[in-house]
Amino acid sequence: MEDKSKIRVVVGMSGGVDSSVTAYLLKQQGYDVVGVFMKNWDDQNDSGVCTATEDYEDVAAVANQIGIPYYSVNFEEEYWDRVFSYFLDEYRNGRTPNPDVMCNKEVKFKAFLDYAMQLDADYIAMGHYARVKRDDNGIVHMLRGVDNNKDQTYFLSQLSQEQLQKTMFPIGEIPKPEVRKIAEEAGLATAKKKDSTGVCFIGERNFNKFLGEFLPAQPGKMKTLEGKEMGEHFGLMNYTIGQRRGLGIGGSSESNEPWFVVGKDLSTNTLYVGQGYHHDHLYADQLDASRLSFIAPIEARGQEFHCTAKFRYRQQDSGVTVRFNEARDQVEVIFDEPVRAITPGQEVVFYDGEECLGSGTIDHAYKVIAGEKQLLQYV
Amino acid sequence: MRRIYLDNAATTPMAPEVIAVMTETMHNIYGNPSSVNQFGREAKANLDASRKLIANSINAKRSDEIVFTSGGSESDNTALIQTAFLRQNEGRHIITTAIEHEAILKPLAYLEEQGFTVTYLPVNEQGVISLSDLKDAITPETILVSIMTGNNEVGSIMPIHEIGEIVAPTNAWFHTDAVQAYGTLDLDVQRDKIDLLSTSAHKLNGPKFLGFLYQRQGLNLPAFIKGGDQELKRRAGTENVPAIAGFAKAVQLISDDYKQTQTAKYLAFKQQLIAGLKANDIEFMINGDQIEKSLPHVINIWFKDQLSDRLLVNLDLQGLSVSAGSACTAGNMQDSHVLVAMYPKQQKRIRESLRFSFGRYNTSEDIDDLIKALVKTIKK
Repeated sequence: MEDKSKIRVVVGMSGGVDSSVTAYLLKQQGYDVVGVFMKNWDDQNDSGVCTATEDYEDVAAVANQIGIPYYSVNFEEEYWDRVFSYFLDEYRNGRTPNPDVMCNKEVKFKAFLDYAMQLDADYIAMGHYARVKRDDNGIVHMLRGVDNNKDQTYFLSQLSQEQLQKTMFPIGEIPKPEVRKIAEEAGLATAKKKDSTGVCFIGERNFNKFLGEFLPAQPGKMKTLEGKEMGEHFGLMNYTIGQRRGLGIGGSSESNEPWFVVGKDLSTNTLYVGQGYHHDHLYADQLDASRLSFIAPIEARGQEFHCTAKFRYRQQDSGVTVRFNEARDQVEVIFDEPVRAITPGQEVVFYDGEECLGSGTIDHAYKVIAGEKQLLQYV
Repeated sequence: MRRIYLDNAATTPMAPEVIAVMTETMHNIYGNPSSVNQFGREAKANLDASRKLIANSINAKRSDEIVFTSGGSESDNTALIQTAFLRQNEGRHIITTAIEHEAILKPLAYLEEQGFTVTYLPVNEQGVISLSDLKDAITPETILVSIMTGNNEVGSIMPIHEIGEIVAPTNAWFHTDAVQAYGTLDLDVQRDKIDLLSTSAHKLNGPKFLGFLYQRQGLNLPAFIKGGDQELKRRAGTENVPAIAGFAKAVQLISDDYKQTQTAKYLAFKQQLIAGLKANDIEFMINGDQIEKSLPHVINIWFKDQLSDRLLVNLDLQGLSVSAGSACTAGNMQDSHVLVAMYPKQQKRIRESLRFSFGRYNTSEDIDDLIKALVKTIKK
């Protein structure tokens, strides 16, 4: 048996129950555990208290309960440069980015990993619902968390082999209710703490208002694809393909079906809307993606392979065929069945059964009409 | 893992002699010094003996010039806020330095909100003010000059005697925050013409949450903490007689002889550390004044290209407790306002510096281990 007390694991502790239990379990298993809180965003809640201070207090309480040292590290600069700037750029380009994917790739599993290595860490550990499995050749594969409800591989899909080689996800093996139970039985201070929701830097605040502080909203026309004016929108960045809420369009003579965002045209600052959840323009047959990243070597699967995919978090898998271009830096993803609300800027994440293979960032969606691939306009 | 404590400027371990006195006092003397009964008289006698010993340590003329407080912060707050409001009809100007402790800067910020004007004297790269700046800053409106005796972060020592001479003939009172210097430097309120002086017990191996404010007789500062008539009506609240007995013991342990030995010992530590770093080709610079001219127990060093929070954590994981700047929100390090004042154009220096502070129980083996740990971390 290896002596686990000689293996140093630096745990990213957020002050939530998941990372608390992560640290607790590793300590129980005998590792040399160090807790580190990451402060990535300078923020205050409505009463002027820095929200990070409250979370750090919880880290301190839990770390003292389990008997591990804890520290705090500041990645505000890294986060701003590598995540938030990208986030704003994508919105400026009319896309809908996923900052959590970027945060994991650039901060939690890069800046933090580098920091942990400076502390002589052998591994880092995070409270994500995902699993890593090492095969006989020493290659690491990432599997969905056993609690499929909570699975977070979507957000981790851009991580590299090098990053995951150094990573542990202890709670990926455990269903969420069990995680809470472990925390309660161990009497951890965070056992009953509410799960955080939303993007980390926005928290519980109004998303559009937040975005408006950084990107001036440019109101424009709201139209049907047929060109009929339906009112005003208050800035394209505030809408996502397939969204229903916040359009403010009343009933219509032709039909009582609700209205949805079906497209955006940045060049004319027009928001396209259409009636019905199943509006035809919301359905695509295939997409293009770039900025590809695969966790384990993918070459053996050839130039084209079949697998399943998710196009946004919390979505059932769909069957797809993945076709690489010559340079293997872009893919065409062809759907077995049409998929609703494909959104440029989001990740398309590939799975083979339980294994998350990796992902790319969605650039364009297409329909196939009479065997012809046609760009889905304004998407 | 051997734990080595090199953060004595933050606080010190209590001396066993202090603990013994406190324990004995807690067992035997539990009366309230304000009570008119034999237990009360016994407690008052004990308290008075402590007060006398402590008054002598700074050459106060009378023991009742010593007012016990909950510590350095309360002493500083009392001196600044009570002086300001007592004397506001004589003037509303206060002079201090840019490198004072937060317990000075925050109350002064509060006074600024209340309409007082505060002049913050700059410091040079040694962390010392210029006397001519001080002279220039004093006006007939100046009611208080508050300048620390020794700086807690870089150990620089202010020319307290000269400052006292400058302030004495003016309308202003002279307060000094001596929290970090009490126990290592010779303090003499008469020689240095000091009107108000703050200290804290836990910086010299005494108990925490205890200190005193020396108030020259005749100042008649109204009580900051209002209530009962304790401390001659200058600080309400039943005195912590056993802790004050411990404080007196801690002060007694620092005889003139001890102070000399201690100064020599800490200077040797500094020389050992510097020699060790040089021998291992570590790139560094001392922040502040020359080691002979600064507070004996404090040394602040810039380690080039070594982020101080990374270095601090690495040392901590190896059992060595040191300090860097001050923690602010969520445990993150804040740029030290002291280093910012001394080296305003050297951003890297401000973020790559650590403070080491020695105490009564450190040995040269501790310094050897510190050098080893620093070399191991920096050369990694």
